[in-house]
Amino acid sequence: MSAIANAPAHDHHDDHGHHHKETFITKYIFSTDHKMIAKQYLITGLIMGIVGIAMSILFRIQLAWPEQSFWVFEALLGDKWAPDGVMTPSMYLALVTIHGTIMVFFVLTAGLSGTFSNLLIPLQIGARDMASGFLNMVSYWLFFLSSVIMLSSLFVESGPAMAGWTIYPPLSALPQAISGSGTGMTLWLVSMAIFIASSLLGSLNYIVTVLNLRTAGMSMTRLPLTIWAFFVTAIIGVVSFPVLLSAALLLIMDRSFGTSFFLSDIFIQGEVLSHQGGSPVLFEHLFWFLGHPEVYIVLLPALGITSEIIATNSRKPIFGYRAMVASILAIAFLSTIVWGHHMFVSGMNPFLGSVFTFTTLLIAIPSAVKAFNYITTLWKGNLQMNPGMLFSIGLVSTFITGGLTGIILGDSTLDINVHDTYFVVAHFHLVMGISALYGLFAGVYHWFPKMFGRMMNKNLGYIHFWVTAVGAYGVFFPMHFIGIAGLPRRYYTNTNFPYFDDYADVNVIITVAAIITALVQLVFIYNFFSSIFFGKKAVQNPWKSNTLEWTTPVEHIHGNWPGKIPSVYRWAYDYSKTREDGEYVIPGQDFVPQTVPLQENEEELNH
Amino acid sequence: MTVFLVIIVLALLAVTGWQISKIFQLSQRPDADTSQVANDKDNRLNGILMLAFVIFLYVITIYCFWEYGRFYLPEAASEHGGEYDTLMFISIALIMVVQIITQGLLHFFAFKYKGKKTNKALFYADNDKLEFIWTIIPVIVLAGLIIYGLFTWSDIMNINEEEDPMVIELYAYQFDWRARYSGEDNTLGKANVRFIEGVNQLGVDESDSYAMDDKVVTELHLPVGRPVVFKLRSQDVLHSAYFPFFRAQMNVVPGMITQFGFTPTITTEEMRESEYMVDKVKSVNEERNERNKELIAQGEPTLDTYEFDYFLLCNKICGQAHYNMQMKIIVESEEDFNAWLEEQPTFGSTMEDQNKDAEEPADAQEPASGEGEQETENAPQEDDAVAAVD
Repeated sequence: MSAIANAPAHDHHDDHGHHHKETFITKYIFSTDHKMIAKQYLITGLIMGIVGIAMSILFRIQLAWPEQSFWVFEALLGDKWAPDGVMTPSMYLALVTIHGTIMVFFVLTAGLSGTFSNLLIPLQIGARDMASGFLNMVSYWLFFLSSVIMLSSLFVESGPAMAGWTIYPPLSALPQAISGSGTGMTLWLVSMAIFIASSLLGSLNYIVTVLNLRTAGMSMTRLPLTIWAFFVTAIIGVVSFPVLLSAALLLIMDRSFGTSFFLSDIFIQGEVLSHQGGSPVLFEHLFWFLGHPEVYIVLLPALGITSEIIATNSRKPIFGYRAMVASILAIAFLSTIVWGHHMFVSGMNPFLGSVFTFTTLLIAIPSAVKAFNYITTLWKGNLQMNPGMLFSIGLVSTFITGGLTGIILGDSTLDINVHDTYFVVAHFHLVMGISALYGLFAGVYHWFPKMFGRMMNKNLGYIHFWVTAVGAYGVFFPMHFIGIAGLPRRYYTNTNFPYFDDYADVNVIITVAAIITALVQLVFIYNFFSSIFFGKKAVQNPWKSNTLEWTTPVEHIHGNWPGKIPSVYRWAYDYSKTREDGEYVIPGQDFVPQTVPLQENEEELNH
Repeated sequence: MTVFLVIIVLALLAVTGWQISKIFQLSQRPDADTSQVANDKDNRLNGILMLAFVIFLYVITIYCFWEYGRFYLPEAASEHGGEYDTLMFISIALIMVVQIITQGLLHFFAFKYKGKKTNKALFYADNDKLEFIWTIIPVIVLAGLIIYGLFTWSDIMNINEEEDPMVIELYAYQFDWRARYSGEDNTLGKANVRFIEGVNQLGVDESDSYAMDDKVVTELHLPVGRPVVFKLRSQDVLHSAYFPFFRAQMNVVPGMITQFGFTPTITTEEMRESEYMVDKVKSVNEERNERNKELIAQGEPTLDTYEFDYFLLCNKICGQAHYNMQMKIIVESEEDFNAWLEEQPTFGSTMEDQNKDAEEPADAQEPASGEGEQETENAPQEDDAVAAVD
């Protein structure tokens, strides 16, 4: 065990600094405390989220009312990218690209996993901090640096990256092919390389912490599902992110040093390039070897958060704990061998397509088990409709809707005609975008008291949830239908195909729904920031939860627990457990915290 | 402008909602519960909303199928397309059944078991039998789908050489398409971007005797009922040849040749006369007429009346004009096709013409640099089609 875990317990209640003085800088900026780092991740992630969602609104406006003039374009994009207020095709592609990048990596990877892994791993396993507080701090600051670089690429003269978030070469490799593949793309690659370093440092830290710093009695099978999810997510990250780094490095070589990993036989702008022998399909393999696990890197933490929140608010144990853990492990394993389903029509050998269809549809099985287990957890519960719970139920709903259409896309045959259409856009936004965002919101509402010692306003939370829930389906449900009708994604406008004319109305509906949904996020932002300062003071265990984080004092202290680290005697889900005589295990209280030893008359389950 | 009014109105509505919630808060008696933890009243309200939500989900589903279901592409115009559509309908039917049941249960339970202070939840942690059942059902259903899908997949992707398919090259570049028919010999001449010069826009190898009878055209004509295999080649970046009406798609990858084959079954004329297309074209033209009235009022040029044609479009982001990279496809009878093809000049004759007036460069769209004409290394062979990279 590390020195931090064994650090002698001080009584920090009245005085924070009797062994070292905390300055503003060490407390709020270069902090090594996991709780502060979690907040830094969250707030950075939210800011990136605002940028990412705002971009989506801009290009949705263009899609609904193509090539019309809007003052908001002129104001935000300037004369160059929106002459007379009409968005240029290049800017449209840039917005699509950066929206994707920001949402997938900066919001849903760092903002979600970074925030809650940091906050909850030490608190829920009973550790004083992460295994390495310093690496943890470095991880955050690398993330911050990569965010700054990504945002700065928006101000480059030739424009930010425009080749789609998947940055397939040769388009991303050749500035002659599109202006964003100049400096903008260089910055994108540098930013992502730093991001990957940050992600790896974070993940290694999480893995080591979960393996080594669990408190007495906290066996792996007593871990809350949140920790299982974060732990496995970190493993997937360590396995797959380096491959993206290698792809990015090879692409940097092709772009700047004349190598030909991904380029061959290219004639552009009147000249033949000297690159010979590479293949863009190689890049696709490398990219999706990360790209697909990335979906689960985004989704598993959300599912872990949901498991915890649904159990707590249903006042019931999560149904099938072992099956849930097994599903997480199965999903994690399968996620690394399904990447080819993004490439059925890439020119890859059709036999490989068959293999990837097989593995892809297999992954539907653990996913289905998870969905059924959530539903059964609700059954005969005593559901406490806190905002976190609503978002968790919402997550299960969008996870099912989005997951089911995966059965179509994962089937190589059916993928032929819906590949790269709006059907795909609808599918992945529901299953990973909206679901993971719901997980993020659920987590914020649920653990806000732990992070800031205050409660968020529940009524604003209800407004936020219900408008978002209706809006999200309003955006993405109709989108399936224009996709299946053959409408390609990433088109600046569809007006060059009169055949698509009658889908124009659908695009307007989608955009209006998107604008409403985006606006209601302002309610959340307001609720979040005002509650930090003016929210109602939280009690120690507002949701009557079993997990260890609620045994720490409301005021944050170094080392989390003022005295000894608590020992654990049971799993995290003894909600509404009764004795043989029908009374709760602890009379009058429907939950039994993990720190409570086994009572008399109490039957011990497998855990 | 109206759009912005709408947005402003919505923003104001949002503000109103928020203010109302504040008023509610303020109007509560001082001893009211302000813990910000859901109480029975919240549970009840949100439980009912859960039920309302699943009804909303069902309504939006029915509405979308009713209103947008007609957007589904017309009857497939290729031989394998029918199989594709059947598989698609089975899959959609299946997932809709699962969707309706699971969403119903999820939201109904959320409504039915909404919390009350006096209620007690059931401690119910495990049931191996139940879990086994809902593991095995997806296993069986998915196994069926996988097997069905894979048979269809190999039918579509394995090109039957015995049927003697007509070989056509589709050539993609920023931002247009060209087609090259392989001529009498049904064999395409070798080509490489290094041969691009003047009118030889596709970089066909002049020294290859197979190339002489090749015909390069800007519009794709296909004879009905004859199997075709497309050999796809890109000049610059990735593109994707997407034939929505034929349920066909394949990426076009620089440095390699990919392929996709199908047999067109419905001519352009027949498709135009189909009930589906008559309705579709009518509704498109009605909208265009509406739009034209506005355009005339603004003094701008009007839109043409729409007539249906098959098209091929680019479906892989390829640059700023990606959204307008299309090619017209005409499916016609064998005789019409042969007559049309007869009229097209062969590659050999085009090159002769060019060489005749060599001092006056032809109006090639992309003047080549002239470099690398003699570099014949690595001209891709027709038969390394669909090479797996690994």
